[in-house]
Amino acid sequence: MTDGNLFELKGISKRFVKGKEAISIFGDLDMTIKKGDFLAIMGPSGSGKTTLLNMLGGVDQPTGGEVWFDGQRIDKYSEGQMAKWRAGNIGFIFQFYNLMPMLSAARNVELPLLLTNLSASQRKKSVDTALELVGLGDRAKHLPKEMSGGQQQRVAIARAIVSDPKLLLCDEPTGDLDRHTADEILEMLQLLNEKFGKTIVMVTHDGAAAKYAKHVLHLDKGEFVEKDLVA
Amino acid sequence: MNDFYLVWKNLTRKPLRLFLTLFATFIAFMIYGTITAFQAAFDSGVELSADDRLVSVNKINFTQPLPISYVNRVRAVDGVEAVTQMNWFGGYYQDPRQQLIMMAVDAETFLDVYDQVVLSDAERDVWIKDRQGLIAGEAVAKQYGWKVGDRIPVNSNIFSQNDGRTSWDFVVDGIYKGKNAQDDTNSVYFHYKYFDETRSFGKDYVGWMGIRTENPELNEKVIKEIDDMFANTPFETETVPEKVFNKGFIEQIGNIRLILTSVVFAAFFIILVIVGNSMVLAIRERTGEIAVMKTLGFQSGRIFRMVLSESMLLALIGGGLGLGMSTLLVGGISQSMPQLPTLIMKQEIVIKALCFMVGMGLLTGIIPAMNALRLNIITAFSRQ
Repeated sequence: MTDGNLFELKGISKRFVKGKEAISIFGDLDMTIKKGDFLAIMGPSGSGKTTLLNMLGGVDQPTGGEVWFDGQRIDKYSEGQMAKWRAGNIGFIFQFYNLMPMLSAARNVELPLLLTNLSASQRKKSVDTALELVGLGDRAKHLPKEMSGGQQQRVAIARAIVSDPKLLLCDEPTGDLDRHTADEILEMLQLLNEKFGKTIVMVTHDGAAAKYAKHVLHLDKGEFVEKDLVA
Repeated sequence: MNDFYLVWKNLTRKPLRLFLTLFATFIAFMIYGTITAFQAAFDSGVELSADDRLVSVNKINFTQPLPISYVNRVRAVDGVEAVTQMNWFGGYYQDPRQQLIMMAVDAETFLDVYDQVVLSDAERDVWIKDRQGLIAGEAVAKQYGWKVGDRIPVNSNIFSQNDGRTSWDFVVDGIYKGKNAQDDTNSVYFHYKYFDETRSFGKDYVGWMGIRTENPELNEKVIKEIDDMFANTPFETETVPEKVFNKGFIEQIGNIRLILTSVVFAAFFIILVIVGNSMVLAIRERTGEIAVMKTLGFQSGRIFRMVLSESMLLALIGGGLGLGMSTLLVGGISQSMPQLPTLIMKQEIVIKALCFMVGMGLLTGIIPAMNALRLNIITAFSRQ
């Protein structure tokens, strides 16, 4: 694996059976993600964007090929090893925020830290920092239902970054937001990438959102059709 | 925040559902605690029976009498330490609905055989000497407000006096306690001599005999010797250990244990279905959240434990409250209805109830916990 590469997918294939039909999503996909990159993946529905994102996040396994992350081959990890790896390395941002409705913003952000050995006071400090960073220091005690969509997505971003992961995976992070709020969220992601060096992979339908990325990949029928379109 | 906090927050997120589920569990364990206390009280008559005590009744059935001469003949049997006789009086106080468990006994031998009747020495001496004296258990004395020294009339719905009256006059000479908390203190005992001299019929006959053997190991030999001695006479006997007699007596009312167990079983079965269904629904509603937790890196085993803890917590809170209420109820019933057998929330009932709570938590939580354990992240997100 080349120095500077965070992720490397080699000859990835993904097939599954639906009823009596075998469906192939990827045949022989290669992909490299460099450390510090901000990558947008675009493509029509069914092109395999989300499947690719799930494989990068270790929530889905390829049928064939190799997945390397920071010099480690991870595609053979067990479910337990993969969960541990995700907790230590990946931050997830979903389209519909996926916050726990019964927990306050601060508790939602604290959730990934329960998987670490940090003390309660250390966790609180990290949570406060993450919430300050997304501009919601004053909303720590609010429940998700007491916040707007944009605020909820900020909480989700704070949750994604609180354990300082190497990679942020964003699945249509602005898909549920209006243009203005979407821009705020994308600026925040850009800031995390540029100022804090976070590697970001974002799946989006939105061309305007993709412009915030350093690179854009177009996926169609399981293959990259255009590469390295610098925004 | 820790895992317990998450479990608690999940449990309390829908207050109405929590209340209804808790209430169902509460009712089940209240019924369990109260009914089991009743069952234990009924069983206590058998459990507290002395191993070295026998009861000898007329072989036809225990309502038929035996000649009083049998008492001395039994006393002479090898292995018999003490023997006493008793007659059912059929007494009631003031109103035929206020029935008394009242027996005519030979005071001295009665107290020798039935050592669970605890009197002070002074009360014992007074009673033995007082022909018209009676002793009453503290439960019955409390029920009717009797005190030592009170003169009370008691009617019989079986016997009459030589002059035709059905009422006898007594003096309360003592109020006895039980040796154990659940010993019967609902009975009243008075002198056989007074009864036998004054009654208009049935003279020189006793209802049954209570026998104390020198050693429980001699029971079988003594039983055989007594029953053989009176075989082929007009009054054959059937002698059995007191435990067997009491058990048979209780079973005459009906199979109480089966009735009570059926009620408890029905209550638990219904509650299991209700709570189990609520838990399955609650976890199904949280499919997306569980998938998010797994995505964040929570291990499946940890989520399994959290779901199971939630159902355990539900069972323990609802069950604990129900058991607490049944303890209050049992205490209240015992206080206000002393004529009933003494109800006690025994430690073994509490331990059994705790085991049932854990069992209920496991049974109602295992299916949703397994569903959470097996939940596939991709499938869960695709359902959203």
